[in-house]
Amino acid sequence: MKLRDVAHSRTGDKGNTSNISVIAYRAEDFPRIRELVTAERVRTQLAGLTPSTVTRFELPKLGALNFVIAGALGGGVTRSLALDAHGKALSSILLDMDL
Amino acid sequence: MRSIRLGAGAGYSGDRIEPAVDLAASGELDYLVFECLAERTIALAQGVRQADPDAGYDPLLEQRIRAVLPAASHSRTRIISNMGAANPLAAARRICGIAGEFGLALKVAAVTGDDVLDVVTSGDWPIEETGGRISDLGDRLLSANAYLGAAPIVEALAAGADVVITGRVADPALFLAPMIHEFGWAFDDWNRLGQGTLIGHLMECAGQVTGGYFADPGRKYVAGLARLGFPIAEVRADGAAVITKLPGTGGAVTAATCKEQLLYEIHDPAAYFQPDLIADFSDAYVEEIAPDRVRILGGRGRPHNGALKVSVGYLDGWIGEGEISYAGPGAVARGRLAIEIVRERLAITKVDLSEIRADLIGLNSLHPGASSAEPPEVRLRIAGRTQSQAEALRIGNEVETLYTNGPAGGGGASKTARRVVAVVSVLIPHELAHPRVEILETTS
Repeated sequence: MKLRDVAHSRTGDKGNTSNISVIAYRAEDFPRIRELVTAERVRTQLAGLTPSTVTRFELPKLGALNFVIAGALGGGVTRSLALDAHGKALSSILLDMDL
Repeated sequence: MRSIRLGAGAGYSGDRIEPAVDLAASGELDYLVFECLAERTIALAQGVRQADPDAGYDPLLEQRIRAVLPAASHSRTRIISNMGAANPLAAARRICGIAGEFGLALKVAAVTGDDVLDVVTSGDWPIEETGGRISDLGDRLLSANAYLGAAPIVEALAAGADVVITGRVADPALFLAPMIHEFGWAFDDWNRLGQGTLIGHLMECAGQVTGGYFADPGRKYVAGLARLGFPIAEVRADGAAVITKLPGTGGAVTAATCKEQLLYEIHDPAAYFQPDLIADFSDAYVEEIAPDRVRILGGRGRPHNGALKVSVGYLDGWIGEGEISYAGPGAVARGRLAIEIVRERLAITKVDLSEIRADLIGLNSLHPGASSAEPPEVRLRIAGRTQSQAEALRIGNEVETLYTNGPAGGGGASKTARRVVAVVSVLIPHELAHPRVEILETTS
């Protein structure tokens, strides 16, 4: 099963830091998502970005996790050489994670 | 209990025009808010203003204001926007000119004082992102604008302004200000300000809370994105709010669309730094109460830490890019060969690069280290950082010469060179920024 089957996601950016939400479609899936989608697994899934740190925040009332991924955006949207300088596509890559 | 209706008319500077026209005409709004200022927009606009003292505001201001002003004026909807960019006063004068053409009597307020370039250059402040100092930027420094809070907008509304036009203001404050003005919330009523900031945060990207940026066929369906309706917040005096949109417009307001936007560009949800407070969204929750109606509750706040964020724009050299496409069996191998050739050419011809990046679009441009599958086509993209335009142009040229000198079947070459205006931030004490409100008036 993929994370995409049970959760949805949106990416935001501030400077050289990306944040990616992971939101359970159904409240009953949230405990399992919380157990399986750790900061370490997110770092592995996005290894190509070589982030400096990955921090996870929990929002049980929303059935959501928020991952803050520092040093992942090639210097940030205003100076990055990347095609997707915002890193907006990263949410879709994260949802490809195997559960 | 009293309530007000706020609409979001734009979520970025180039956003669609008609959703705001619909809101002005039939939203029965008290306020229509346009958030149009991206991180580096002010730095670019400062340059425009230096060339022409009457310019430096948002290039779409005239079009947006013309489109909504008659209906907004008729329905007594007040307009708040940061479209003033680097020149709110010139923007206010222009809006008065437009009001005059329509024969409307109007009070237009300009909020200034976000420009703190003098403050930033007179103290050698540390740069948050790099660990360096402002003096490192030397004569490349372009602009320094503090994120102002809600107070000057509240002052403008209290003075009776029909339109409030600002430069750099924290985006949620554009929405928080009318709540403070209408409901008389105190500037130390932290939980109310936190809830108001939560609502402003949900509204500031306009269509991103009404089903825009959400659809994912097979998983998430949203109908009518070509005629997406922009959001309306119905806010009660106690801060409880419902996010909705106009009937008959495209999109959807659901718990899921609101949750995605709630966490958009948030780091620690318990510490969302704003000029007026530190907002706390960690206990926020959303409830679907009817189709396209979602109740928003649970935003809180606490006192701010006295530091005001300043966005500093500076010139950061040039980026040159070249692209060319390959198709069919072996496309990836030919793309990889092309990358090797261009890298070697840039070395042989001694292009002065400080950083270079090569991608195969369709394979690994959005996520390095993606799959090894063979796609039916790829597009090579090479981007490099240089100090001058001339050097930047040479990067695209070396991609273009792949036509006659590179692997077989390369097509659709393109090249660009652009100047980089980058943004970093510094923190200054609140008291060093001095917001001002100036009111202009037209008579009918």
